[in-house]
Amino acid sequence: MDKPFAITLNIGSSLANHTGSWRNERPVYVNRLPPCNDACPAGEDVQGWLYEGEAGNYEQAWRNLVRDNPLPAIMGRICYHPCQTACNRAELDEAVGINSVERFLGDEAIKQNWQFNVTAAPTGKRILIIGSGPSGLSAAYHLALKGHSVTIRESAAAPGGMMRYGIPAYRLPREILDAEISRIVNMGVVIECNTKVENAEATFGEGFDAVFLAIGAHLGKRAFIPAGDTARILDAVSVLHMTADGQPPMLGRRVVVYGGGNTALDAARTARRLGAYEAIVVYRRTQEKMPAHEVELKEALDEGIVMRWLSTVSRVDEGSVTIEKMALDEKGFPQPTGEFENLDADSVILALGQEVDLSVINGMTEVNVDDGVVEVDGFLMTGRRGLFAGGDAVPGERTATNAIGHGKHAARAINSWLQDQSFVHADRPDLASFDRLNTWYYSDAPKTVRPKLDAARRASNFSEVVQGLDAETAVFEARRCLSCGNCFGCDNCFGVCPDNAVIKIESGKYEINLDYCKGCGICANECPCGAIDMELERS
Amino acid sequence: MLKQIEGSRAVAETIAACRPAVICAYPISPQTHIVEALDEIVRMGQIDDCEFVNVESEFSAMSVAIGASATGARAYTATASQGLLFMVEPVYNASGLGLPIVMTLANRAIGAPINIWNDHSDAMSQRDSGWIQLYAQDNQSAADLHILAFRLAEEISLPVMVCMDGFILTHAMEEIDIVDRDLVDKFLPPFVPRQVLDPADPVSIGAMVGPEAFTEVRYLAHVKQLQALELLPKLSKEFEEIFGRRAAGEHDADGLITKYFTDDAEIVLVALGSVLGTIKDVVDELRATGQKVGALGITSFRPFPLDAVHDALVDAKKVVVVERAFAPGIGGIVSSNIRTAITNIPCQIFTAVSGLGGRPITRELIRKIFASTVAGTMPALTFTDLNYDLIDREIERTNQNRRSGPMAENLLKDLGAK
Amino acid sequence: MSTPLKFYQVGSFAVGNRLLAEGQLSEQSHPDRTNSLTSGHRACQGCGEALGARYALDAAMAATDGKIVAVNATGCLEVFSTPYPETSWRLPWLHSLFGNAAAVATGVAAALRAQGKSDIRVIAQGGDGGTVDIGFGPLSGMFERNDDVLYICYDNEAYMNTGVQRSGATPPAARTNTTHAVGTNPGASFTQGKNLPVIAMAHGIPYVATATVADLHDLEAKVKKAMTYRGARYLHILVPCPLGWGSRSEETIQLARMATECGLFPVFEAEYGEVITTKKIRRQVPVEKYLKPQKRFAHLFGTNGHPELLQAIQAIADKNITKYQLLEADAQEQDTSKESSRG
Repeated sequence: MDKPFAITLNIGSSLANHTGSWRNERPVYVNRLPPCNDACPAGEDVQGWLYEGEAGNYEQAWRNLVRDNPLPAIMGRICYHPCQTACNRAELDEAVGINSVERFLGDEAIKQNWQFNVTAAPTGKRILIIGSGPSGLSAAYHLALKGHSVTIRESAAAPGGMMRYGIPAYRLPREILDAEISRIVNMGVVIECNTKVENAEATFGEGFDAVFLAIGAHLGKRAFIPAGDTARILDAVSVLHMTADGQPPMLGRRVVVYGGGNTALDAARTARRLGAYEAIVVYRRTQEKMPAHEVELKEALDEGIVMRWLSTVSRVDEGSVTIEKMALDEKGFPQPTGEFENLDADSVILALGQEVDLSVINGMTEVNVDDGVVEVDGFLMTGRRGLFAGGDAVPGERTATNAIGHGKHAARAINSWLQDQSFVHADRPDLASFDRLNTWYYSDAPKTVRPKLDAARRASNFSEVVQGLDAETAVFEARRCLSCGNCFGCDNCFGVCPDNAVIKIESGKYEINLDYCKGCGICANECPCGAIDMELERS
Repeated sequence: MLKQIEGSRAVAETIAACRPAVICAYPISPQTHIVEALDEIVRMGQIDDCEFVNVESEFSAMSVAIGASATGARAYTATASQGLLFMVEPVYNASGLGLPIVMTLANRAIGAPINIWNDHSDAMSQRDSGWIQLYAQDNQSAADLHILAFRLAEEISLPVMVCMDGFILTHAMEEIDIVDRDLVDKFLPPFVPRQVLDPADPVSIGAMVGPEAFTEVRYLAHVKQLQALELLPKLSKEFEEIFGRRAAGEHDADGLITKYFTDDAEIVLVALGSVLGTIKDVVDELRATGQKVGALGITSFRPFPLDAVHDALVDAKKVVVVERAFAPGIGGIVSSNIRTAITNIPCQIFTAVSGLGGRPITRELIRKIFASTVAGTMPALTFTDLNYDLIDREIERTNQNRRSGPMAENLLKDLGAK
Repeated sequence: MSTPLKFYQVGSFAVGNRLLAEGQLSEQSHPDRTNSLTSGHRACQGCGEALGARYALDAAMAATDGKIVAVNATGCLEVFSTPYPETSWRLPWLHSLFGNAAAVATGVAAALRAQGKSDIRVIAQGGDGGTVDIGFGPLSGMFERNDDVLYICYDNEAYMNTGVQRSGATPPAARTNTTHAVGTNPGASFTQGKNLPVIAMAHGIPYVATATVADLHDLEAKVKKAMTYRGARYLHILVPCPLGWGSRSEETIQLARMATECGLFPVFEAEYGEVITTKKIRRQVPVEKYLKPQKRFAHLFGTNGHPELLQAIQAIADKNITKYQLLEADAQEQDTSKESSRG
């Protein structure tokens, strides 16, 4: 077309005008630390594996998950999921059922027989791990991935530590435990059971380049309670251990458990399963102060466990126990009231906490022990060079998840130490806090999906009585993730830019075209998950 | 085909022969008969693929024509007087965008006082709008000029206004040759727009142009007008070859001017439009008595044919411009254009403002003009037939009384009292 | 009782989502979208009109296989998109005058009809001034004749191109440069207003709808639906203007969202003069939350504020809520206290 001068123009010619020069601020894509990831003691990239789960890429989701935690089917049942406590979504409706999705992925992996692939070349380094509990297995897995040769020595008859001997089978079916342990064994990790290490120092003489002390707290704490000669008093750890070994103790028809932790509840619930028709948990404080998790309590109550709050066991006799009622003082501490009551009890189980058997380091003067646990540095190394420790054996919260985190941490530290390098912690990005989200964009669940979701949420308590999520509900649950602080490919930035200055490279991958971006900030403001920051331009 | 027919109908049937694709109109006297006829013709299916759009104002009429023309459709509308003023903004826009719209202007006075009768105030108000303005002397040329107008408009991509005197031509019954459509097709090929809104080849039309190029755009508008000056005689000749007559009328009409005994005339009367016929009649009379008088008609007022006018008046001693409009505060409008053409010719030039608001320009009046010019009593600017009695009384009234009342009504009252 | 689970990523209000099937994605989420209005235009930072125009025209282009001719009234959209020697348009586009976009579009439609090109569709577009004021006559004529044109008004509630003066669409109490926030009745007066969508409906034309730049899916659906009708159609899109409203450039979409969530800008569609659907308020907010971030309403707040005007504006919103039934029964019960500060 022979166009008239000036008044008629070729289309799209304004691309010659680079409006990016107007800009004072520029949008920058960021990856912030989602609160779930921040809270996970095992250091899982929860948001990252949910992202794959949302798309139904279950194997990829599982593989992302096991980068940090090799035991998802187990943890999907027994983890107390601090991730869910931290989840931003709780501010909107209810936290994402991360744990139930984890369990689904773990079960799916067992069902599909997904295995770990060791691609690293053998390093020739030999590492001994003492104890095959969660921290030992986790360390073994991460070390094996690096190409190291790993041997675990386990004093018990079967591997798993507290997962086998502390957690009742109704919470963690043994075939699940066995499946996930055997997957680690398949990597070439050697587990020597019924092999108690008596002297850690001596093992260095066997040619191990490093030793990781991963002993669990298997000793029940004792307390002085006046008791008759024939009184039957047991400790909870032993009860659970013997039950796990298939040789459950005789507890009688009426059982009193003394303590307020998860172990107390496990013991009471185990007692019920062993035939006690009455199991009473005596705890000296109130429900609010109870260290046991709410979910555990709820399940216990559902099973008919009776709670006696504000009570202490003051005497045990054959067939009965005397408890004293307590009252809270003005500071909220329980004080004796002098008011007593007798309960019928065939046996009393003490669940007053556990200790670690540290005889293995007897004589190792350079290893310090304080308050029943081993002192370690920031890299989990003890005073003895090459001896690392984690899990219940070091200070910190005694949970399986925490132990898995210790195992990973120790493995990285050992790996670096073996190469004479110091292990550098990765920088933690800033937290993806709730106030950075633009929640408008997360739509309401379709009406047809709601009942399924509700059902899925009810199923998320890892009780084997209730089945886990199926593939459909797992994907729904995963998709409830807000993807805090990390792009989830919603195309908002691409769409809302008045200057078409966002380039969509592919689904979920964008770039700012600085030739045209005027820096208005709409993309950052309308990003649902807060994954765009506006940064001042430096002239 | 010869028909005894009203001027408006003749124009309408000629427009139909030009195969417009979009006709839009808003009624205003004395244009109404043209668009009424076109509505009927379109409804009867006598134009292939043509849309007739009844709009809600002249502003929209011109706007519809703009949209249609920019979409590659041959577009036509017609208006008059107040209607033209109401569409002034899109009138300028159409020429600025270079859209070859053809519009009939049924010339009519502009109020206040409101007046439906003929003069050229409406057309003169748009002389600088960038449109080409052609003035018809009679109904045959009124009809024929539209064919020329479409051809010219589309050749140079500018809109053309064909001016015909309201009532005097629009409502006059005459024998007119209504053109054969096949002949029109020979003269006027299908419209090939210079620019068009087409999804297959998109462009942006109507950009904002700042100081960096505005002067150039305006200058190019002038260049196009000058191109039209060259084209008009060529197209007129081509028209004559096909239709056997001149589009702008008899007597040396080349599409720019009409010369009537100008070659040896000492006194020449210059005029636009239908009054030329009256003047020619008087010229014939005076020539019969041996007086060296002549007449010059301006067909193309825009572009203004400076050279042709110069050549036609080069031997004249006295030139009188008979104007059907004037510029209050200075006088003649056409006169100043003529003056520009003859600045180097040693002749006197007079302005005779005549025929405003439908007052007849009679032979007697033309004779008087010639007579006073010959006698040397002709003032430089005169308003012929002026009723000084009425004016004096009104001036007196306003001098005596601050609240002298509405002028037009006062004059009418005086006329009635007479 | 468990909290009802409200949120779900797929089918979200976002522009797209990697998990959606092709057919469920918005036009704007496609990497190869038309970009009818492309980069390099000179609109202010955060311009709602630039966004709205691209949203609407891209949707229309998608609905017609790229066969759109657009006519533009004078105004910001025209000025920032086509200053010689550059144009940002990528479709056939014509600008004639401020007040004649509807009539020019009529001419385009008539020409296309005469040429037998019924597959090419016509869109006229203008700002609120060009639509409700100076271009109203031709627009009404276009409606009355039922010309085959979709007219889109990008409403930013004042004459922004000329430097923020009041239009017939300026809301009560708003400060403009011809309704200064001084005197006893600061800002624009509380008049009857000029509700053009309702006036359009009164013409009985096939389709009338309102939309905002805050709900892309709704906007696109309405443009596409509009293209299924023949005859005159009218779409009125609220497009916040950071310059004229005195808002931050990043708040453009958020303000549009708030305008609907408080009830001041009802989003609905009408067929042949009857309302057929209304967009329900999802998280209701008081008008204060919408007005406060805008400097044009600053005089309503603070120690020398005008609570009585605020109240009167809330009354307008309440009236809309009743008239258009903007609340869903269960939406009214929703607890909005937990909203994100940026929601």
